[in-house]
Amino acid sequence: MAEVHTHTEGEHDNAYAGLLVNDAHWAFGTDFEDPLAGVDTTVPEGVDAAELAAYCLMLGDDALVFSQRISEWCSNAPDLEEDIALANIALDLLGQARLLLARAAAADPAAVPQLPEGSPVPDEDRLAFFRDDLHFRNVRLAEVPNGDFAEIITRILIFSTWRLALFERLAHSRDAVLAAVAAKGVKELSYHRDFVGRWFLTLAQGTEESRRRLLSALDGLWPLTAELFATHPVERAVAASGAGVDPASVQEEVLSVLDHVFDASGVTRPEARPLAGVQGKTGRDGRHTEALSLMLAEMQVVARAHPDGLW
Amino acid sequence: MSGQIRSEWPLYEVFIRGKRGLNHVHVGSVHAADGQMALRHARDVYTRRNEGVSIWVVPSTEIIASSPGEKDPLFAPSGDKAYRHPTFYEIPDNVPHM
Repeated sequence: MAEVHTHTEGEHDNAYAGLLVNDAHWAFGTDFEDPLAGVDTTVPEGVDAAELAAYCLMLGDDALVFSQRISEWCSNAPDLEEDIALANIALDLLGQARLLLARAAAADPAAVPQLPEGSPVPDEDRLAFFRDDLHFRNVRLAEVPNGDFAEIITRILIFSTWRLALFERLAHSRDAVLAAVAAKGVKELSYHRDFVGRWFLTLAQGTEESRRRLLSALDGLWPLTAELFATHPVERAVAASGAGVDPASVQEEVLSVLDHVFDASGVTRPEARPLAGVQGKTGRDGRHTEALSLMLAEMQVVARAHPDGLW
Repeated sequence: MSGQIRSEWPLYEVFIRGKRGLNHVHVGSVHAADGQMALRHARDVYTRRNEGVSIWVVPSTEIIASSPGEKDPLFAPSGDKAYRHPTFYEIPDNVPHM
Protein backbone atom coordinates (compact mmCIF):
# COMPACT_ATOMS: atom_id res chain seq x y z
CA MET A 1 0.00 0.00 0.00
CA ALA A 2 1.29 3.46 -0.79
CA GLU A 3 2.62 5.18 2.28
CA VAL A 4 1.23 8.63 2.91
CA HIS A 5 3.35 10.40 5.47
CA THR A 6 1.51 12.63 7.88
CA HIS A 7 2.21 14.47 11.07
CA THR A 8 2.17 12.30 14.14
CA GLU A 9 -0.30 12.54 16.98
CA GLY A 10 0.58 14.92 19.78
CA GLU A 11 2.79 17.23 17.76
CA HIS A 12 0.36 19.97 18.69
CA ASP A 13 1.96 20.00 22.12
CA ASN A 14 5.55 19.97 20.97
CA ALA A 15 6.97 23.14 19.47
CA TYR A 16 9.89 21.26 17.95
CA ALA A 17 7.86 18.52 16.25
CA GLY A 18 7.13 20.61 13.19
CA LEU A 19 10.84 21.03 12.54
CA LEU A 20 11.53 17.33 12.37
CA VAL A 21 8.69 16.15 10.13
CA ASN A 22 9.79 14.27 7.05
CA ASP A 23 7.38 15.86 4.62
CA ALA A 24 8.74 14.41 1.42
CA HIS A 25 5.18 13.34 0.57
CA TRP A 26 3.48 16.58 1.43
CA ALA A 27 2.73 17.36 -2.20
CA PHE A 28 1.03 14.05 -2.95
CA GLY A 29 -1.72 14.74 -5.43
CA THR A 30 -0.67 18.28 -6.19
CA ASP A 31 1.70 17.56 -9.06
CA PHE A 32 0.67 19.83 -11.90
CA GLU A 33 1.66 17.40 -14.63
CA ASP A 34 0.79 13.94 -13.36
CA PRO A 35 -1.62 13.70 -10.41
CA LEU A 36 -0.51 10.13 -9.69
CA ALA A 37 3.22 10.83 -9.93
CA GLY A 38 5.20 8.35 -7.89
CA VAL A 39 2.21 6.09 -7.18
CA ASP A 40 2.05 2.47 -8.34
CA THR A 41 -0.98 2.30 -10.67
CA THR A 42 -0.86 -1.45 -11.34
CA VAL A 43 -4.35 -2.93 -10.97
CA PRO A 44 -4.16 -5.57 -8.20
CA GLU A 45 -4.65 -9.19 -9.16
CA GLY A 46 -8.25 -10.36 -8.96
CA VAL A 47 -9.63 -6.85 -9.55
CA ASP A 48 -11.35 -6.18 -12.89
CA ALA A 49 -9.75 -3.08 -14.40
CA ALA A 50 -12.92 -1.86 -16.14
CA GLU A 51 -14.97 -2.27 -12.96
CA LEU A 52 -12.31 -0.52 -10.91
CA ALA A 53 -12.37 2.37 -13.39
CA ALA A 54 -16.17 2.58 -13.26
CA TYR A 55 -16.00 2.58 -9.46
CA CYS A 56 -13.40 5.38 -9.48
CA LEU A 57 -15.65 7.36 -11.81
CA MET A 58 -18.53 7.00 -9.32
CA LEU A 59 -16.49 8.32 -6.40
CA GLY A 60 -14.73 10.88 -8.59
CA ASP A 61 -17.95 12.20 -10.12
CA ASP A 62 -19.53 12.55 -6.66
CA ALA A 63 -16.65 14.83 -5.71
CA LEU A 64 -16.44 16.69 -9.03
CA VAL A 65 -20.14 17.48 -9.32
CA PHE A 66 -20.57 18.44 -5.68
CA SER A 67 -17.42 20.54 -5.83
CA GLN A 68 -18.89 22.45 -8.76
CA ARG A 69 -22.12 23.03 -6.85
CA ILE A 70 -20.31 24.25 -3.74
CA SER A 71 -18.16 26.51 -5.92
CA GLU A 72 -21.32 28.32 -6.98
CA TRP A 73 -21.36 29.71 -3.45
CA CYS A 74 -18.16 31.65 -4.14
CA SER A 75 -18.84 35.32 -3.36
CA ASN A 76 -22.39 34.50 -2.27
CA ALA A 77 -21.90 33.18 1.27
CA PRO A 78 -23.21 35.20 4.23
CA ASP A 79 -19.72 36.26 5.28
CA LEU A 80 -16.23 36.42 3.81
CA GLU A 81 -15.09 33.73 6.22
CA GLU A 82 -17.87 31.31 5.19
CA ASP A 83 -17.11 32.05 1.57
CA ILE A 84 -13.52 30.90 2.00
CA ALA A 85 -14.57 27.92 4.12
CA LEU A 86 -16.96 26.70 1.42
CA ALA A 87 -14.37 27.32 -1.30
CA ASN A 88 -11.85 25.25 0.67
CA ILE A 89 -14.31 22.37 0.89
CA ALA A 90 -15.00 22.60 -2.85
CA LEU A 91 -11.26 22.58 -3.58
CA ASP A 92 -10.67 19.55 -1.36
CA LEU A 93 -13.36 17.68 -3.29
CA LEU A 94 -11.95 18.84 -6.61
CA GLY A 95 -8.57 17.43 -5.58
CA GLN A 96 -10.21 14.09 -4.72
CA ALA A 97 -12.01 14.14 -8.07
CA ARG A 98 -8.82 14.74 -9.97
CA LEU A 99 -7.05 11.80 -8.35
CA LEU A 100 -10.02 9.48 -8.79
CA LEU A 101 -10.61 10.38 -12.43
CA ALA A 102 -6.90 9.98 -13.12
CA ARG A 103 -7.07 6.59 -11.42
CA ALA A 104 -10.05 5.60 -13.58
CA ALA A 105 -8.14 6.58 -16.72
CA ALA A 106 -5.02 4.70 -15.65
CA ALA A 107 -7.01 1.56 -14.85
CA ASP A 108 -9.05 1.57 -18.05
CA PRO A 109 -7.82 3.88 -20.85
CA ALA A 110 -10.88 2.86 -22.92
CA ALA A 111 -13.08 4.86 -20.53
CA VAL A 112 -11.40 8.13 -21.55
CA PRO A 113 -13.16 10.20 -24.25
CA GLN A 114 -11.26 10.51 -27.52
CA LEU A 115 -10.08 13.95 -28.58
CA PRO A 116 -8.42 15.14 -31.81
CA GLU A 117 -4.94 13.72 -32.39
CA GLY A 118 -2.31 15.66 -30.49
CA SER A 119 -4.69 17.24 -27.97
CA PRO A 120 -2.75 18.07 -24.80
CA VAL A 121 -5.81 17.68 -22.54
CA PRO A 122 -4.91 15.23 -19.74
CA ASP A 123 -7.03 12.14 -19.12
CA GLU A 124 -8.71 13.39 -15.96
CA ASP A 125 -9.77 16.58 -17.76
CA ARG A 126 -11.11 14.58 -20.70
CA LEU A 127 -13.26 12.64 -18.26
CA ALA A 128 -14.40 15.78 -16.47
CA PHE A 129 -15.14 17.96 -19.49
CA PHE A 130 -15.88 15.65 -22.41
CA ARG A 131 -18.50 13.27 -21.01
CA ASP A 132 -22.24 13.96 -21.18
CA ASP A 133 -24.54 13.67 -18.19
CA LEU A 134 -25.54 10.09 -19.08
CA HIS A 135 -21.93 9.05 -18.53
CA PHE A 136 -21.65 10.69 -15.13
CA ARG A 137 -21.98 8.20 -12.28
CA ASN A 138 -22.47 10.56 -9.33
CA VAL A 139 -25.30 10.25 -6.82
CA ARG A 140 -28.05 12.78 -7.41
CA LEU A 141 -27.51 14.36 -3.98
CA ALA A 142 -24.37 15.94 -5.45
CA GLU A 143 -26.06 17.52 -8.46
CA VAL A 144 -29.35 19.06 -7.29
CA PRO A 145 -29.41 22.86 -7.54
CA ASN A 146 -28.32 24.95 -4.58
CA GLY A 147 -30.80 26.41 -2.15
CA ASP A 148 -29.98 28.74 0.72
CA PHE A 149 -27.06 28.58 3.18
CA ALA A 150 -28.93 26.08 5.39
CA GLU A 151 -29.34 23.84 2.35
CA ILE A 152 -25.64 23.69 1.49
CA ILE A 153 -24.72 23.14 5.14
CA THR A 154 -27.21 20.26 5.40
CA ARG A 155 -26.11 18.77 2.07
CA ILE A 156 -22.42 18.87 2.99
CA LEU A 157 -23.28 17.31 6.36
CA ILE A 158 -25.03 14.34 4.73
CA PHE A 159 -22.44 14.04 1.96
CA SER A 160 -19.33 14.30 4.12
CA THR A 161 -20.68 11.92 6.79
CA TRP A 162 -21.41 9.33 4.10
CA ARG A 163 -18.17 9.83 2.19
CA LEU A 164 -16.07 9.81 5.36
CA ALA A 165 -17.54 6.43 6.33
CA LEU A 166 -16.76 5.10 2.84
CA PHE A 167 -13.22 6.50 2.79
CA GLU A 168 -12.35 5.18 6.25
CA ARG A 169 -12.97 1.71 4.86
CA LEU A 170 -11.52 2.48 1.44
CA ALA A 171 -8.21 3.39 3.11
CA HIS A 172 -7.73 -0.40 3.39
CA SER A 173 -8.44 -1.01 -0.29
CA ARG A 174 -6.31 -3.58 -2.10
CA ASP A 175 -5.78 -0.92 -4.74
CA ALA A 176 -2.84 1.19 -3.58
CA VAL A 177 -4.10 4.31 -5.34
CA LEU A 178 -7.60 4.16 -3.87
CA ALA A 179 -6.11 3.46 -0.44
CA ALA A 180 -3.86 6.51 -0.70
CA VAL A 181 -6.62 8.76 -2.05
CA ALA A 182 -8.93 7.64 0.75
CA ALA A 183 -6.30 8.10 3.46
CA LYS A 184 -5.77 11.67 2.27
CA GLY A 185 -9.50 12.29 1.93
CA VAL A 186 -10.37 11.09 5.43
CA LYS A 187 -8.63 14.11 6.96
CA GLU A 188 -10.34 16.51 4.59
CA LEU A 189 -13.78 15.00 5.08
CA SER A 190 -13.39 14.92 8.86
CA TYR A 191 -12.94 18.67 8.78
CA HIS A 192 -15.86 19.21 6.41
CA ARG A 193 -18.13 17.22 8.68
CA ASP A 194 -16.94 19.05 11.76
CA PHE A 195 -17.37 22.45 10.14
CA VAL A 196 -20.89 21.89 8.83
CA GLY A 197 -21.93 19.90 11.92
CA ARG A 198 -21.32 23.00 14.03
CA TRP A 199 -23.25 25.14 11.57
CA PHE A 200 -26.12 22.66 11.53
CA LEU A 201 -26.37 22.91 15.32
CA THR A 202 -26.08 26.69 15.18
CA LEU A 203 -28.84 27.06 12.59
CA ALA A 204 -31.10 24.55 14.36
CA GLN A 205 -30.74 26.32 17.69
CA GLY A 206 -30.48 29.84 16.30
CA THR A 207 -33.51 31.90 15.38
CA GLU A 208 -36.95 30.73 14.33
CA GLU A 209 -36.07 31.66 10.79
CA SER A 210 -32.76 29.79 10.73
CA ARG A 211 -34.45 26.69 12.16
CA ARG A 212 -37.30 26.90 9.67
CA ARG A 213 -34.85 27.10 6.78
CA LEU A 214 -32.76 24.23 8.12
CA LEU A 215 -35.74 21.90 8.56
CA SER A 216 -36.98 22.81 5.11
CA ALA A 217 -33.55 21.98 3.63
CA LEU A 218 -33.38 18.67 5.47
CA ASP A 219 -36.87 17.65 4.32
CA GLY A 220 -35.98 18.56 0.75
CA LEU A 221 -32.71 16.60 0.71
CA TRP A 222 -33.73 13.51 2.62
CA PRO A 223 -35.39 11.71 -0.33
CA LEU A 224 -31.94 11.70 -1.97
CA THR A 225 -30.23 9.84 0.88
CA ALA A 226 -31.57 6.34 0.13
CA GLU A 227 -29.55 6.35 -3.09
CA LEU A 228 -26.33 6.77 -1.08
CA PHE A 229 -26.71 3.28 0.36
CA ALA A 230 -28.05 1.45 -2.70
CA THR A 231 -25.42 -0.95 -4.00
CA HIS A 232 -24.75 -0.77 -7.74
CA PRO A 233 -23.50 -4.01 -9.37
CA VAL A 234 -20.12 -2.34 -10.00
CA GLU A 235 -19.81 -1.43 -6.32
CA ARG A 236 -20.77 -4.95 -5.32
CA ALA A 237 -18.15 -6.47 -7.61
CA VAL A 238 -15.36 -4.10 -6.61
CA ALA A 239 -16.19 -4.56 -2.92
CA ALA A 240 -16.10 -8.34 -3.37
CA SER A 241 -12.60 -8.13 -4.85
CA GLY A 242 -11.37 -6.09 -1.88
CA ALA A 243 -10.75 -2.89 -3.84
CA GLY A 244 -13.97 -1.01 -3.03
CA VAL A 245 -16.60 -0.55 -0.34
CA ASP A 246 -20.23 -1.67 -0.51
CA PRO A 247 -22.17 1.51 0.37
CA ALA A 248 -24.88 -0.54 2.08
CA SER A 249 -22.28 -1.49 4.69
CA VAL A 250 -21.94 2.11 5.92
CA GLN A 251 -25.66 2.91 6.21
CA GLU A 252 -25.99 2.07 9.88
CA GLU A 253 -22.93 4.07 10.86
CA VAL A 254 -23.88 7.10 8.75
CA LEU A 255 -27.42 7.25 10.11
CA SER A 256 -26.10 6.87 13.64
CA VAL A 257 -23.67 9.79 13.18
CA LEU A 258 -26.40 11.92 11.62
CA ASP A 259 -28.81 11.02 14.43
CA HIS A 260 -26.18 12.20 16.87
CA VAL A 261 -26.09 15.61 15.18
CA PHE A 262 -29.88 15.69 14.87
CA ASP A 263 -30.31 14.84 18.58
CA ALA A 264 -27.90 17.57 19.65
CA SER A 265 -29.77 19.99 17.39
CA GLY A 266 -33.26 18.99 18.53
CA VAL A 267 -34.14 17.81 15.02
CA THR A 268 -36.00 14.63 14.10
CA ARG A 269 -34.70 12.52 11.24
CA PRO A 270 -37.18 12.90 8.36
CA GLU A 271 -39.09 9.93 7.05
CA ALA A 272 -39.40 10.58 3.36
CA ARG A 273 -39.81 8.23 0.45
CA PRO A 274 -36.73 7.96 -1.76
CA LEU A 275 -36.69 10.09 -4.91
CA ALA A 276 -37.71 7.76 -7.74
CA GLY A 277 -35.27 6.96 -10.52
CA VAL A 278 -35.92 6.49 -14.21
CA GLN A 279 -37.17 2.91 -14.61
CA GLY A 280 -35.45 2.14 -11.33
CA LYS A 281 -32.16 3.64 -12.48
CA THR A 282 -30.48 6.47 -10.58
CA GLY A 283 -27.28 8.50 -10.56
CA ARG A 284 -24.89 5.55 -10.34
CA ASP A 285 -26.48 4.23 -13.57
CA GLY A 286 -26.06 7.59 -15.31
CA ARG A 287 -29.72 8.60 -14.90
CA HIS A 288 -29.81 12.09 -13.45
CA THR A 289 -32.08 15.01 -12.76
CA GLU A 290 -32.16 17.64 -15.49
CA ALA A 291 -30.11 19.89 -13.22
CA LEU A 292 -26.95 17.94 -14.01
CA SER A 293 -27.02 18.54 -17.78
CA LEU A 294 -27.54 22.26 -17.20
CA MET A 295 -24.69 22.37 -14.70
CA LEU A 296 -22.35 20.42 -16.99
CA ALA A 297 -23.17 22.68 -19.93
CA GLU A 298 -21.81 25.61 -17.97
CA MET A 299 -18.92 23.66 -16.47
CA GLN A 300 -17.74 22.15 -19.75
CA VAL A 301 -18.40 24.84 -22.34
CA VAL A 302 -14.96 26.44 -22.38
CA ALA A 303 -13.04 23.16 -22.41
CA ARG A 304 -15.23 21.79 -25.21
CA ALA A 305 -14.78 24.91 -27.30
CA HIS A 306 -11.02 24.36 -27.16
CA PRO A 307 -10.30 20.62 -27.30
CA ASP A 308 -6.71 21.47 -28.23
CA GLY A 309 -6.40 24.01 -25.45
CA LEU A 310 -3.60 23.89 -22.94
CA TRP A 311 -4.48 25.31 -19.53
CA MET B 1 -25.55 39.06 26.40
CA SER B 2 -28.58 40.99 25.30
CA GLY B 3 -31.19 39.26 23.21
CA GLN B 4 -30.69 41.68 20.40
CA ILE B 5 -29.41 40.30 17.11
CA ARG B 6 -26.31 42.12 15.93
CA SER B 7 -25.64 42.57 12.26
CA GLU B 8 -21.95 41.79 12.57
CA TRP B 9 -19.98 39.10 14.38
CA PRO B 10 -17.29 40.13 16.86
CA LEU B 11 -13.69 40.31 15.70
CA TYR B 12 -11.00 37.83 16.78
CA GLU B 13 -7.25 38.24 16.40
CA VAL B 14 -5.51 35.19 14.96
CA PHE B 15 -2.10 33.83 15.98
CA ILE B 16 -0.53 30.96 14.06
CA ARG B 17 2.43 28.84 15.01
CA GLY B 18 4.08 27.99 11.74
CA LYS B 19 5.44 24.62 10.87
CA ARG B 20 8.97 25.89 11.18
CA GLY B 21 8.45 28.61 13.73
CA LEU B 22 8.47 28.28 17.48
CA ASN B 23 6.11 31.06 18.54
CA HIS B 24 2.60 31.95 17.64
CA VAL B 25 2.67 34.99 15.39
CA HIS B 26 -0.14 37.43 14.77
CA VAL B 27 -1.36 36.96 11.20
CA GLY B 28 -4.63 38.88 11.04
CA SER B 29 -8.20 38.72 12.23
CA VAL B 30 -11.52 37.02 11.48
CA HIS B 31 -15.14 37.63 12.30
CA ALA B 32 -16.94 34.79 14.10
CA ALA B 33 -19.89 34.21 16.39
CA ASP B 34 -17.79 32.50 19.05
CA GLY B 35 -14.29 31.23 19.76
CA GLN B 36 -14.76 27.78 18.24
CA MET B 37 -16.08 29.27 15.02
CA ALA B 38 -13.21 31.76 15.04
CA LEU B 39 -10.73 28.86 15.24
CA ARG B 40 -12.26 27.25 12.18
CA HIS B 41 -12.44 30.49 10.27
CA ALA B 42 -8.80 31.12 11.11
CA ARG B 43 -7.94 27.64 9.86
CA ASP B 44 -9.80 28.27 6.62
CA VAL B 45 -8.50 31.78 6.01
CA TYR B 46 -4.92 31.64 7.30
CA THR B 47 -3.66 28.05 6.98
CA ARG B 48 -4.71 27.23 3.41
CA ARG B 49 -1.13 26.97 2.22
CA ASN B 50 0.16 24.68 4.91
CA GLU B 51 1.27 27.57 7.10
CA GLY B 52 0.44 26.34 10.55
CA VAL B 53 0.35 23.57 13.13
CA SER B 54 -1.36 25.50 15.91
CA ILE B 55 -3.84 28.37 16.12
CA TRP B 56 -4.80 30.78 18.88
CA VAL B 57 -7.72 33.16 18.56
CA VAL B 58 -8.35 36.01 20.98
CA PRO B 59 -11.31 38.39 21.04
CA SER B 60 -9.98 41.68 19.72
CA THR B 61 -11.64 43.50 22.60
CA GLU B 62 -9.45 41.50 25.02
CA ILE B 63 -6.23 42.85 23.54
CA ILE B 64 -4.81 45.64 25.67
CA ALA B 65 -2.52 47.75 23.55
CA SER B 66 0.01 50.41 24.36
CA SER B 67 -0.88 53.77 22.93
CA PRO B 68 1.31 55.62 20.42
CA GLY B 69 1.32 58.59 22.81
CA GLU B 70 3.22 56.55 25.39
CA LYS B 71 5.90 55.57 22.91
CA ASP B 72 8.68 57.69 24.32
CA PRO B 73 8.28 56.97 28.04
CA LEU B 74 7.80 53.25 27.30
CA PHE B 75 10.51 52.55 24.76
CA ALA B 76 12.99 55.39 24.46
CA PRO B 77 14.82 54.69 27.76
CA SER B 78 16.02 51.28 26.54
CA GLY B 79 17.52 52.73 23.35
CA ASP B 80 20.95 53.50 24.77
CA LYS B 81 21.40 50.43 26.94
CA ALA B 82 23.29 48.16 24.60
CA TYR B 83 24.55 46.09 27.55
CA ARG B 84 21.06 44.59 27.85
CA HIS B 85 21.47 42.81 24.52
CA PRO B 86 22.85 39.28 24.83
CA THR B 87 25.41 39.96 22.13
CA PHE B 88 28.50 39.38 24.23
CA TYR B 89 28.21 35.59 24.26
CA GLU B 90 29.58 32.97 21.91
CA ILE B 91 26.73 30.71 20.69
CA PRO B 92 27.82 27.08 20.41
CA ASP B 93 27.15 25.54 16.99
CA ASN B 94 24.87 22.82 18.43
CA VAL B 95 22.29 25.23 19.85
CA PRO B 96 19.46 25.37 17.34
CA HIS B 97 16.92 28.08 16.56
CA MET B 98 18.93 31.10 17.67
